[in-house]
Amino acid sequence: MEETGRAARFWIQAALLAAVAALAGWLIFTAWTNIGRLPVHFGLDFLSEPAGFSVLQTLIPFDERSTYGRAFVVGLLNTLLVAAIGVAFATIIGFSVGVARLAPNRLLRAVAAGYVELFRNLPLLLILFFFYFGVLRQLPPPRTGFEFGGAFLNNRGLFLPDPQGGGWFLVAALALFAAALVLKSRWRVLAGVGAAGALMAAVAMTHIVWPEPRGLSVFGGLRLIPELMALVAALAIYTAAYIAEIVRAGTQSVARGQGQAAAALGLTGLQAMRFVVLPQALRLVVPPLTSQYLNLTKNSSLAVAIAYPDLVSIFAGTTLAQTGQAVEIMALTMGVYLTLSLATAALLNWQNARMRA
Amino acid sequence: MTRADAPPPSLATSPSRRLLGRAVNAAVTLALGVALAIAAYGALSFLVFGAAWSGDVSACRATDGACWPFVAAKLKQFVFGRYPDDELWRAALAMLLPPALLLAAFLARRRVGLGGFAAAVLLGLPLSFLLVAGDGALLAPVPTEAWGGLTLTLLVSYTGIAASLPFGIVLALMRRSSWPVPRWLAICFIEFWRGVPLVTVLFMAAVMLPLFLPEGTSVDKLARALFAIAVFASAYMAEVIRGGLQSVPENQVTAGRALGLGYSQILALIILPQAIRSALPGIAGTFIGLLKDTTLVLVIGLFDFLGMIQLAAADPAWSASTTTLTGYAFAALVFWSLCYAIALVSAYLERVTAVGRR
Repeated sequence: MEETGRAARFWIQAALLAAVAALAGWLIFTAWTNIGRLPVHFGLDFLSEPAGFSVLQTLIPFDERSTYGRAFVVGLLNTLLVAAIGVAFATIIGFSVGVARLAPNRLLRAVAAGYVELFRNLPLLLILFFFYFGVLRQLPPPRTGFEFGGAFLNNRGLFLPDPQGGGWFLVAALALFAAALVLKSRWRVLAGVGAAGALMAAVAMTHIVWPEPRGLSVFGGLRLIPELMALVAALAIYTAAYIAEIVRAGTQSVARGQGQAAAALGLTGLQAMRFVVLPQALRLVVPPLTSQYLNLTKNSSLAVAIAYPDLVSIFAGTTLAQTGQAVEIMALTMGVYLTLSLATAALLNWQNARMRA
Repeated sequence: MTRADAPPPSLATSPSRRLLGRAVNAAVTLALGVALAIAAYGALSFLVFGAAWSGDVSACRATDGACWPFVAAKLKQFVFGRYPDDELWRAALAMLLPPALLLAAFLARRRVGLGGFAAAVLLGLPLSFLLVAGDGALLAPVPTEAWGGLTLTLLVSYTGIAASLPFGIVLALMRRSSWPVPRWLAICFIEFWRGVPLVTVLFMAAVMLPLFLPEGTSVDKLARALFAIAVFASAYMAEVIRGGLQSVPENQVTAGRALGLGYSQILALIILPQAIRSALPGIAGTFIGLLKDTTLVLVIGLFDFLGMIQLAAADPAWSASTTTLTGYAFAALVFWSLCYAIALVSAYLERVTAVGRR
């Protein structure tokens, strides 16, 4: 298009911009007049009004007297919770299946390929419905539910022994242990010692609250609601199929000679994978992997279909239905996902640029 | 659809290690074989041997297996929703028309060329909608509330496909333009819709779209969903097409110029055919994603294929312990086959269009 003159170039673009601005202006004007006719008061004031509903699962205290603003935070935290657990499981399953697709065993390769082909060609909503309505909701009630090692599984959810008291030390121990895996020699020893210490403190301070079935329900213990479990299972299994393909493609793109060189050095197949192939593949795997994590987070909005109280469900669903503040609520909800997406993209670009430099 | 290559045979083959490798391999095969056999036995006894194949709901209540009479009894609802009985042929024809026209255009491609494909797309979809909606004269009008089931799933998917290709191409070209205004408009549009979940887009179309239209204009619920899907799919398609455009070497443009072609000719005759060919796997992937995503229209109260199955499974007249699972098994079979068919067609097209490439 270089042959177009500079002046023409300027005027064509100016006209395009003016047309888009005019369209946007017309839309905003129409929306403004329409909103003016509605009985609701435009603005974010409603966020400080009492919500009047309760939520099935909350990470921070919330009851009927809490505000809509707090409902937003509760929903956001529930979204982040399901995304974090889902990402962890999707990574584990996805890497296992992806590496299995390249295993020397033919049957293992076939099973892994079957997994990928099966779950990439099914709608996520169907998988979610299967786990929720087809499996978890069909479990027996607490009276006749399953018990294993002090944990209970029934149609009210999964009830686990709840370690209380040393929680933060346990978190610290896990973090230090993870650091020990990543860090280099001297720091690794330090982190390992720290992890052991924190673990001992956690064990010393912890007392476990065991769940107890009584009547129609189970009391005490850590309750995982069926909605959470179904959502995590569906998101993890579905996304893992895509992660497996990314891992396979990344691994296959590492030059064949690398694996042969590792073998020549006497490394076994697994060692070659762990020390030679995967570290190189990881560099190619990280960008698409991140976008799968992002997809999982966005897909967690399917929660609304099984009434898991995520951001969309309790804010864009319940709160919108009660207040009618459609524009504000949709803008806030979409803003959250958009911010997550753009921040991740910026992070990836930054990392990409750093690696090239 | 690519088959994973086996890794190269290990060079570290001391006899003892080779033996160990063989033992591990055999153990893995055995363990997996047993697990597969158990899984296959469970699936087959649910779906086939333990299933109720005939009779009514009492036959289903008597077994732990699948309840196929439920599917048989509700099949019409799954496929056509609440569409009037006398007019079912219209919905059936509407489902088949767009792929049939495309197939015809493909078979006669030597004679009709690219124009034939464009005509098939431009004609097929409106004709389908006209058939299903009725024109009031020859065909009795059927309100969109009565549309549902597989008919709705396919109509929504076709709309997404038909809208996303042209808009995706335009957006991709804008994004790659050296002019800042179209480039930034495209970037904002694409990144916004790709950054938010489809569920929120559908919600937005359902609750906010009426606000942006002059008072008194009412938009059908289905039309809002179609709008949302079309916009959403276009943004994803734009990125796929952009990838294809990037794969066309710059010297192709130069070569076109040397032949004295103008910009639009270079675009239509040289760049786009190559870009679309190399973007084929991505385009097929987007179509598959679109087909799967149409199930989400359920959250704004439209009953597509999965929605109808969900609705039918809640029918108290068919309440048996396995009704729901049977419905999902059937849904999985249909969705999987449709998605796999798209993948097969894409693989075939890749083979056909690769002619003359090397």
